[in-house]
Amino acid sequence: MNSFAEFLAMGGYGFYVWTSYGIGFVVLLLNILIPIYQRKQLLRELALKQKRAK
Amino acid sequence: MSIIPAPIVRFYHKTASPPYFYNLSNKLMPWLSCIFLMLLGYGLYSGLYLAPTDYQQGDSYRIIYLHVPAAWMSLFIYVLMAVAGAISLIWRMKIADVVLISSAPIGASFTFIALVTGSLWGKPMWGAWWVWDARLTSELILLFLYLGVISLYGAIEDKRTASKAVAILALVGVVNIPIIHYSVQWWNTLHQGPTVSKMGKPSIHIDMLIPLLVMAVAFKFYYAIAMLQAAKVEILRREQNTQWVKKLLEQKQ
Repeated sequence: MNSFAEFLAMGGYGFYVWTSYGIGFVVLLLNILIPIYQRKQLLRELALKQKRAK
Repeated sequence: MSIIPAPIVRFYHKTASPPYFYNLSNKLMPWLSCIFLMLLGYGLYSGLYLAPTDYQQGDSYRIIYLHVPAAWMSLFIYVLMAVAGAISLIWRMKIADVVLISSAPIGASFTFIALVTGSLWGKPMWGAWWVWDARLTSELILLFLYLGVISLYGAIEDKRTASKAVAILALVGVVNIPIIHYSVQWWNTLHQGPTVSKMGKPSIHIDMLIPLLVMAVAFKFYYAIAMLQAAKVEILRREQNTQWVKKLLEQKQ
């Protein structure tokens, strides 16, 4: 592999290789981002509830 | 109690307590993330760039560095869930329930990735996106088992009953794991046989094997990160009426 274009082409299999890695990346990233978002949401809700109770 | 040394018993009780587990995962997170990113960076660099091109499959084989570690993780996480299920049923350990249910979406994701990347690899090599052979079918059943655990847990209102139900489902479903593993030996299949775990020497070149193992270890760290993130949400949800969560909320304000 000499050039960056050649690297991207993956010997003609670029579509299959990069689609695989793209899907993998998105799915694995979502598994981190969704719980972080859910925790923030839940903490906000609980904090609000606590304020109201006082 | 005399069989198990006291420090282990103490460690067990400490880790089993939700606030301790919550704080521990906060403390571990930067370390786990750092190690994961380094391993992932090296694994991808060596797998996609340094490793030599395959003499039969060309560069299409590079999908292996995602496909195989993801498939290993799909089995690993399921076994771990079954063990957590057993611990939860026998010792009523709350954290085991949390680990079990927090692992399910990650396991389902890895199973999905293994299936999709396998399909994207199968198309150029076999000429088909999908074949109903033993390896592929049993892996698809694994995906349904994961989805079954997730939806069963969601369907039962009382979380204690739900935890018990998913623990039993996880344990029953574990029979599928050896079927997946040995499917390439038991049945005639298009899927290639084991190349890494083969007795004696693995039939894969060392320069191709190293990135594969690095990616496999990287995914273990990824799993720890993602599972702990999900576990923190689950713990907060279950413990929202306890003192320590109330204190935590006050500190945040």
